[in-house]
Amino acid sequence: MNIITNPKKLRGFERYVKVDNVSRRSILKGLGLAGGFVLAAPVMSRPGLAAYKTGAGEMPHGTVVDPRVFVAIAPDGIVTIVAHRAEMGTGVRTSLPMIVAEEMEADWSRVRVQQAHGDEVKFGNQDTDGSRSTRHYLMPMRQIGASARTMLETAAANRWGVPATEVKAVNHEVVHSASGRRIGFGDLAADAAKQSVPSVEGLKLKDPKDFRYLGKGQISMVDLRDITVGTARYGADVRLPGMKYAVIARPPVTGGKVASFDGAAAMKVSGVEKVMEVKGWPWPSKFQPLGGVAVIARNTGAAIKGRDALKIVWDDGANGKYESVAYRAQLEEAARKPGLVVRKEGDVEAALKGADKVIVGEYYLPHLAHVAMEPPAAVADVKGDKAEIWGPVQSAGGTREDVAKTLGIPQENVTVNVTLLGGGFGRKSKCDFAIEAALLSKELGAPVKVQWTREDDVRNGFLHTVSVERIEAGLDKNGKVTAWRHRSVAPSIASTFAAGAVHQAPFELGMGLVDMPFEIANVQCENPEAAAHTRIGWFRSVSNIPRAFAVQSMVAELALATKRDPKDMLLELIGSPRIVKLDSVKDLWNYGEPYESYPIDTARLRKVVELVAEKGGWGRSVPKGHGLGIAAHRSFVSYIATIVEVAVDDKGKLTVPRVDTAIDCGTFVNPERIQSQIEGTAIMGLSLAKHGAITFKDGKVQQGNFDDFPVIRMDESPAVTNVYIVPPGPDTPPSGVGEPGVPPFAPALINAIFAATGKRIRALPIGKQLEA
Amino acid sequence: MITLKINGQQKNWDGDPDLPLLWFLRDEAGLTGTKYGCGQALCGACTVIVDKQAVRACITSVSDVVGREVTTIEGLHPTGDHAVQKAWRQLNVPQCGFCQVGQIMQAAALLLENPKPSHDQIREAMAGNICRCGCYQRIENAVHLASTGV
Ligand code: FES
Ligand code: FES
Repeated sequence: MNIITNPKKLRGFERYVKVDNVSRRSILKGLGLAGGFVLAAPVMSRPGLAAYKTGAGEMPHGTVVDPRVFVAIAPDGIVTIVAHRAEMGTGVRTSLPMIVAEEMEADWSRVRVQQAHGDEVKFGNQDTDGSRSTRHYLMPMRQIGASARTMLETAAANRWGVPATEVKAVNHEVVHSASGRRIGFGDLAADAAKQSVPSVEGLKLKDPKDFRYLGKGQISMVDLRDITVGTARYGADVRLPGMKYAVIARPPVTGGKVASFDGAAAMKVSGVEKVMEVKGWPWPSKFQPLGGVAVIARNTGAAIKGRDALKIVWDDGANGKYESVAYRAQLEEAARKPGLVVRKEGDVEAALKGADKVIVGEYYLPHLAHVAMEPPAAVADVKGDKAEIWGPVQSAGGTREDVAKTLGIPQENVTVNVTLLGGGFGRKSKCDFAIEAALLSKELGAPVKVQWTREDDVRNGFLHTVSVERIEAGLDKNGKVTAWRHRSVAPSIASTFAAGAVHQAPFELGMGLVDMPFEIANVQCENPEAAAHTRIGWFRSVSNIPRAFAVQSMVAELALATKRDPKDMLLELIGSPRIVKLDSVKDLWNYGEPYESYPIDTARLRKVVELVAEKGGWGRSVPKGHGLGIAAHRSFVSYIATIVEVAVDDKGKLTVPRVDTAIDCGTFVNPERIQSQIEGTAIMGLSLAKHGAITFKDGKVQQGNFDDFPVIRMDESPAVTNVYIVPPGPDTPPSGVGEPGVPPFAPALINAIFAATGKRIRALPIGKQLEA
Repeated sequence: MITLKINGQQKNWDGDPDLPLLWFLRDEAGLTGTKYGCGQALCGACTVIVDKQAVRACITSVSDVVGREVTTIEGLHPTGDHAVQKAWRQLNVPQCGFCQVGQIMQAAALLLENPKPSHDQIREAMAGNICRCGCYQRIENAVHLASTGV
């Protein structure tokens, strides 16, 4: 097997944090994990050649470029291609195999997709997050396909006794045009398998002008039919003989634990078989379960009813006083004082003092819950020192490692079967629910399904952080922005891994704070401290949401202050087409990508603004009570700009008649799925802007379901969302799609509301603010 | 002993008569097409058709449907080619897909009641079904397409 891997790559916290070896070691010590997570995988050299470099090789276990791992051809010609990333709605389970099929000249109607189980040594990195799959795997998948095609061609040439240069794979067969002979892939399968795998260096990739599938968008998701007939299998749909159903009452306060419990009434509920305590880990402990009391029953309904009858006394621990109103005041106070300087150009203090006018904006975004449509659920069957897991996990490899470690068994003894994910949004990067199922199965000696209720999902998850962003912008007499100070205060995801983490990690600072692209002489970014009091995790688009909200709102505030058109102001701030230099930023995190391949290119940012302005009819006249807002943002190394049209009636009722979004995600694979992602991010952006707030009182989440944590429904959804995809330049590397759509939506909406009503909203969600 | 009629077949249940139909379908009858999303009639993921009406299976107990016809996604159409299902595929509606069974059942029930709904009627009738992925534009268009002929 040929593998590119880096044995130094560690799983967990470190993978997302760019740290040098010295500090990585010290972080490990701090976490008490020294050495324990190191994977001793062999290093073999089969580097994937690429016209551009990506960070794929830096991910745990890197990439594997081996057709024998990913492609199988049956004698009947059916080509099976392995999808090693998780499907949660982006279409990746279709797109990546489609890239292989394209290069190997397979006919898509004769391709079957097989989901990989969790095995990163075999398949390479499987973390489906960070909008990374296409950008890391476009080239490796092309190389796998080209290798398979070359092996098929060589087998045919050998059989016919002609030079390999004379034959060519075309639509599921190899053709020798000189003699008119042709032979199908199925007939060549056995011979092709005997060929040596060609060197990556010598591979000939297809000319993009000959692409049949890539970039075309005519192929539907492989799961489409199953989804519409109800046979698509998600985590909770897995059923095993003798399987028990479990729900768990978890501590309502992060870091709390069970003091005592009485399960007698629960045991009386029809169908309940057992009540038992489940092991929890002290906070913070990465993705380990919170513990609590489990009710085991013959069906989920009985387990839920049993849980309702439990009497539990909780010991709330240190976070029992966490309260959102007070915490917001604390963040605001921190944002008004100097903090750790994380970017510095020029002299911002002097420039603000010398400014003709200083505009200050303070922007607040509360905690958010993912509420993926499918609440977490997993099935485990643990027998002796072997474990099998079925579940909707974004990180199959990580789940395997964490389950193995928790059970104290070798990773090789753990099989992780990846089902479809009913939405992920970062929640299912954390495998706590799979670990819970494994612990219960071990204890009960039977297969167990753990089902999280919606309330569990809202109250016991890994929330999006809560933040105050404070921006001070200094203007000179001519209305030119000469100073920009941005203080960002928010508890860090690092706090879920290490106690006492009070600063944002590089991967958070790099999401819209230190990478701010404006052409301003004096810039300073600061990060005052903030301590976490609940589990903070990745939420689709992560810190880009509050940062884009703040920065792009400030652009419109500056436009107002200088009486300019917001789009013109935005373009002026972006400034000249150039590659942004961020020399003052230590540990610049560029979504894990090398800056040379993925620099901040303001020409591309300008382009999406100009494109959306043109297509979306920026400046068009709108009816009374309507307004247009614009915002642009680079995230996950893609560039995106959005125009939102709103209508606000006299009672303050907000509707969205139209959304226009332009995206430049470089070379793309499936424009149809890009469109659907952007349509969806408009809804998610509208949900969080209009309704999204998780709040705490006495350390407990106050919301529980879609009544008090509402998301957008069809009757409030935008009437039309138009998507424009920038055609890529010839060598533009692929970039993210799943997440970039969310961040610009809220500021575009808020700017539109200002245009419609003259009301500037600086704290989300909008809630009833327009009704006043 | 309770006897239910699901997709034209008799099913017996001798457990808790208050058990929500959703869990009977999924865990006892093995019909996992119907999904759990909220348990409180807030999301529509569990929508089934009882007689001719869309019903939230999560708040309907098994005893409530005795003597009535329950149709789940598994019984909506023998080959999975109901006009709504076909329209869904034609417009590539789903993203993650988890809400889609509920959406499809709701849409099928809407068309039973109102074969030619306007866009406003579609938006109103489908508003009880959440799609966290945000496929609403396509859902709306697919219901319209199904009502006008696929
Ligand atoms: S699960 Fe029944 S409406 Fe949500
Ligand atoms: S498609 Fe994912 S919730 Fe609707």
